Amino acid sequence: MLTKKAARQRRVGKAARGRAHPQLPKAATGIQGLDEVTGGGLPKGRPTLVCGGPGCGKTTLAMEFLVRGARDFDEPGVFMSFEETAEDLALNIASMGFDLKALVKRKSLLIDHVRVVRSEIEETGEFDLEGLFIRLGLAIDTIGAKRVVLDTLEALFAGFSNTGILRAEIRRLFDWLSQKGVTAVITGERGEGALTRQGLEEYVSDCVILLDHRVVNQLTSRRLRIVKYRGTVHGTDEYPFLIRENGISVIPITSLTLNHNASTEVVSSGVPTLDQMLGAGGFYRSSTILISGSAGTGKSSIAGHFVAEAGRRGERSLYVALEESQSDIVRNMKSIGVQLAPLIAKGSLRFMVSRPTAYGLEMHLASIHQEIVEYRPRVVVLDSVTTLLSMGTTLEVSSIIVRLADFAKMSGITMVFTALVEPRATYETTTVNISSLVDTWLALSNAELNGIRGRTLSIIKARGMGHSNQTHELVMSKKGVEIKHDAVSRKKT
Amino acid sequence: MSPTQKLPVKKRALQPVEYILCLYVAGETARSASAHANLKTICDQHLGSRYRIKVIDLLKNPKLARDHQILALPTLVRQLPSPVRKIIGDLSNTERVLVGLDIRPAK
Repeated sequence: MLTKKAARQRRVGKAARGRAHPQLPKAATGIQGLDEVTGGGLPKGRPTLVCGGPGCGKTTLAMEFLVRGARDFDEPGVFMSFEETAEDLALNIASMGFDLKALVKRKSLLIDHVRVVRSEIEETGEFDLEGLFIRLGLAIDTIGAKRVVLDTLEALFAGFSNTGILRAEIRRLFDWLSQKGVTAVITGERGEGALTRQGLEEYVSDCVILLDHRVVNQLTSRRLRIVKYRGTVHGTDEYPFLIRENGISVIPITSLTLNHNASTEVVSSGVPTLDQMLGAGGFYRSSTILISGSAGTGKSSIAGHFVAEAGRRGERSLYVALEESQSDIVRNMKSIGVQLAPLIAKGSLRFMVSRPTAYGLEMHLASIHQEIVEYRPRVVVLDSVTTLLSMGTTLEVSSIIVRLADFAKMSGITMVFTALVEPRATYETTTVNISSLVDTWLALSNAELNGIRGRTLSIIKARGMGHSNQTHELVMSKKGVEIKHDAVSRKKT
Repeated sequence: MSPTQKLPVKKRALQPVEYILCLYVAGETARSASAHANLKTICDQHLGSRYRIKVIDLLKNPKLARDHQILALPTLVRQLPSPVRKIIGDLSNTERVLVGLDIRPAK
């Protein structure tokens, strides 16, 4: 007989479970970002179709799924290749930094290359593909495989002309794979108007992932989209991804729900006189800060102070420099008394320099994301967002910024964006419309103060805290940036 | 005695076998039995006694599926004479079998 409390707890538990979507068991891939976007990995014991055009990364993804499964999740795998030879595959795997020989020796991995040559095969009546089943079955049983890759089943269509039999056998193969309890990845070539040339998606109903490789304005862009994932709520967006030396890296940030707890911890901006203007005495940790202003108003200088302050706290900072070089920035900061070189030497500060036109917007986002994941900074500066406009529309750039900001917030990173604003623009006109997204907005300006040209700073907004609403003079000297606290009259120039 | 005259039985058995045919199957099924039967018929009709059929059951010897690159079943491989030729199916289409094995139909 249950006590009243226990009965109530049971009711609550039941209700909660019913509300939550029943989760299918999943096989973690270990591929950076992919487990996040799939909610844990690929459907366990079921087939997943990975399709895309030539060179989109299907084989690489399938391979990494298998190799990581073997090495990191203790799930041996069979790679049945209908196209590349075992030697070519071995080279690819090795180039990703995996020791193939060791895996094969340990019986964690088995690579089987199947030759399907059309001219050899004269069809004289009814047949089935039981030979393939037997071969695959033996491979699986030999190493106790839990994962299987078939790359690519469509090669069978090149070898046999009786498509009726082929389709029936493919259907049978997927059922057979599920019965064997292996998590399978099947690759397929993108077709005209259909997901795959031979319509493999008809047979794979559990999970279909589409890879896309586009070249737009001479800039390469790779995207991944989950077309279907039965039983899982998944994002339907396209996620950018990179193929790097150590494998694939999917950027799992898109239409994120803002599920993070606002931090109440305060960090100094590095400029004490600026801290005084902020009700909390600094910035909230994990908040986003926008520093806008026309050229030469001191945006990068303030960012530099913030980074130096983080270094003093023993925290790592990542400075993404899209306009100036590392040495220029270090030199400029040195001239106002901020020493960044020692921080770099200590490893507390890392610069990520890239010209916006080096590669596409999505790739930029992906690289920055990757850098953040690897380096784990607590502060990130993006200087400046305006340069990203040379690579995309305002909408596209906004999208990048939003995703990056969301990611930073969820990772506990305090993020600083600088934005160039034309001198005659009003506060409301930031060229990428991110002012509504950020928590704190510092607007810098050149101004004429009592007949002398100078710089000013005002705080347009600072969420979660009171702030000075006065415009103050900003002075840069060999001692750094300083905000003068006597109120000044300001004439816009 | 000319070579074409009828030889004593013992000597006939020692005549060189021109065709060695390997039939790959997966266990004893209706299809494999029918393929075997079709093959025997065709061979008797067009090859006289100059053939030998080897039946290889992949269920008993699964390793051969990979070693001999067999995907479809049944598969018939003409080992001799060379070059090796491969055809698949239950061999119900006699014409295709003859073409595939490169056998000139006996008159």
